[in-house]
Amino acid sequence: MPSEHAAQLRETYWRENRRWMLILGAVWFFVSLGCGVLWVEPLNQIQLGGFKLGFWFAQQGSIFVFILLIFVYARVMARLEKRLGLGESEA
Amino acid sequence: MTLTETTYWVVGASFAIYILIAIRARAGTTQEFYVAGKGIHPVANGMATAADWMSAASFISMAGLIGLSYNGYGGSVFLMGWTGGYVILAMLIAPYLRKYGKFTVPEFIGDRYYSDTARVVAVICLIICSVTYVIGQMKGIGVAFSRFLETDYETGLFSGMVIVFFYAVLGGMKGITYTQIAQFCVLIFAYTVPAIFISLQLTGQPIPQLGLGSTLADGTYLLQKLDQTLLDLGFQEYTTSVRGSTLNMAAFTASLMIGTAGLPHVIIRFFTVPTVSAARTSAGWALVFIAILYTTAPAVAAMARLNIVQTLQPEPGQHLAIEERPQWFRNWERTGLLGIEDKNGDGHIQYNANPDTNELVKLDNDILVLANPEIAELPHWVIALVAAGGLAAALSTAAGLLLAISSAISHDLLKRTLTPQISERQELMASRLAMAAAVLGAGYLGLNPPGFAAGTVALAFGLAASSLFPALLLGIFSTRVTREGAVLGMLAGLTVTLTYVFQHKGIMFIPGTQFLGDMPPNWFLGIEPNAFGVVGALVNFAVTLGVTRVTAPPPPEVQELVEEIRVPVSS
Repeated sequence: MPSEHAAQLRETYWRENRRWMLILGAVWFFVSLGCGVLWVEPLNQIQLGGFKLGFWFAQQGSIFVFILLIFVYARVMARLEKRLGLGESEA
Repeated sequence: MTLTETTYWVVGASFAIYILIAIRARAGTTQEFYVAGKGIHPVANGMATAADWMSAASFISMAGLIGLSYNGYGGSVFLMGWTGGYVILAMLIAPYLRKYGKFTVPEFIGDRYYSDTARVVAVICLIICSVTYVIGQMKGIGVAFSRFLETDYETGLFSGMVIVFFYAVLGGMKGITYTQIAQFCVLIFAYTVPAIFISLQLTGQPIPQLGLGSTLADGTYLLQKLDQTLLDLGFQEYTTSVRGSTLNMAAFTASLMIGTAGLPHVIIRFFTVPTVSAARTSAGWALVFIAILYTTAPAVAAMARLNIVQTLQPEPGQHLAIEERPQWFRNWERTGLLGIEDKNGDGHIQYNANPDTNELVKLDNDILVLANPEIAELPHWVIALVAAGGLAAALSTAAGLLLAISSAISHDLLKRTLTPQISERQELMASRLAMAAAVLGAGYLGLNPPGFAAGTVALAFGLAASSLFPALLLGIFSTRVTREGAVLGMLAGLTVTLTYVFQHKGIMFIPGTQFLGDMPPNWFLGIEPNAFGVVGALVNFAVTLGVTRVTAPPPPEVQELVEEIRVPVSS
């Protein structure tokens, strides 16, 4: 059985993890279903070079943001694990 | 050298590489066969995942789907849906299943829900998803061979089966992984080279992603020109034509996203990396490699569409004479992907949105990618490369799916449910036999495609979204969800989704068995069957959580398992 200290660490880890998931998940929703679908019409009034902005989010922008989100998540989780001493030795 | 000879050389060379890899990467243990010994570098796994993910449909059909069938903006559902799923996968699924550290997706569902019933339901979902999906790949292999190498469809299919058989049966996940890396290189090169050429020709911009937003030789923006040209022909504007309704587009995108995150053949790729944090970064790399193709595809879609329209109608009101149509046009007419009918008998081709006067009576989605190099008058080796790329995409996805199917049979059904006493050696033998049977079965279905083969999006993504994804997500994020809740939830999600799909398209897509009755199509809030997975998922969540409230909580060791998979190291 994990000791009390270990249980506390786990709890902190899980709370922080969920916080980051919510933040990054909100951005994920905002760029794809938000900018790409729900608010596409107002955004299309804005021109970005040869693109209508809403169209750009739907066909390119959201994908670039997705990549960024995964690497940010991987980064913050690695740091969190290091801080709490929960990281894997092989990594 | 003729085009066919060049194609034989290029395709033959790519196949030789795959076989060479197969010989060098034989699997000696079940761990190697199922999860490549868990020793794959995250970047390498990202590449293998990208090849695993990008199917014959992504390579050959997606640009056409966006540019023609969905008329531009509507096709964004595929772009966002099939990439956005990786964010969910990286944050909500992959790291925890990697920590759990076993071999298959049904295995996790069976252990987490302490139930063989749950395991078997998961196996059934997995098999329906994967079999539907794999038939599409087999057809892709047959079609690519018959179009480019001028063999018949059957010969093409057999050649593809022999290659897959060789490396999948010998090497399992280990052989598949290394071959997929090679296949990714072939397919991404084959996809981007013609795209760069066509972008240069139209806009002078070598990067297709930027070319899509650049100006044409006459100074107008490419997309503006395309919008205007299509409007003049009676089509909807390219950059704003919504598929169905805003709600339908949102549901479609969401279904593809969560379906992606629930597809077993994708999830098991993340079992092959050494650590939990490697599973996260590997998902990021996978998306980088996928995005190279997925951000090129919309550029190809718009540029090729414009090219075709301008070939048919060089100036407004001026139509291409049938006698003067270019050679590529004649070539692709022979395959049945293009078809003309001079309805008004004026010897010219009128192309427009009106089905009564439109004379380009057949314009297949696949033509956009397949004919692209010829339309742009690119050299033979580029055309040969497109053939090799299409085959690489189909073979790599087929192999991943076949592994998911065979490991579900040999590991989940035999080892974990029916015959737990078999030894490691016997299980390895069983997994090879299951793989061989899966290859032969897929080949048979490729030769005699059943009606449901056409329903990859509705069946594979619909089921993964409505049955597997919620069970996985709740299994990780709740210690409380019970076996009864999960099983009934999966069955409810599955039933709701399949009922809606079959009601529109026939039971297992058999014509004449639609039971739509008096209901109008897309009757539920205007959502089309392909977009219904998310509704099934919501039903699944509701049923699972509802039943969980009235059933006894899971045993303590299961709750401990959930606590355990949430942290990267065990304490």
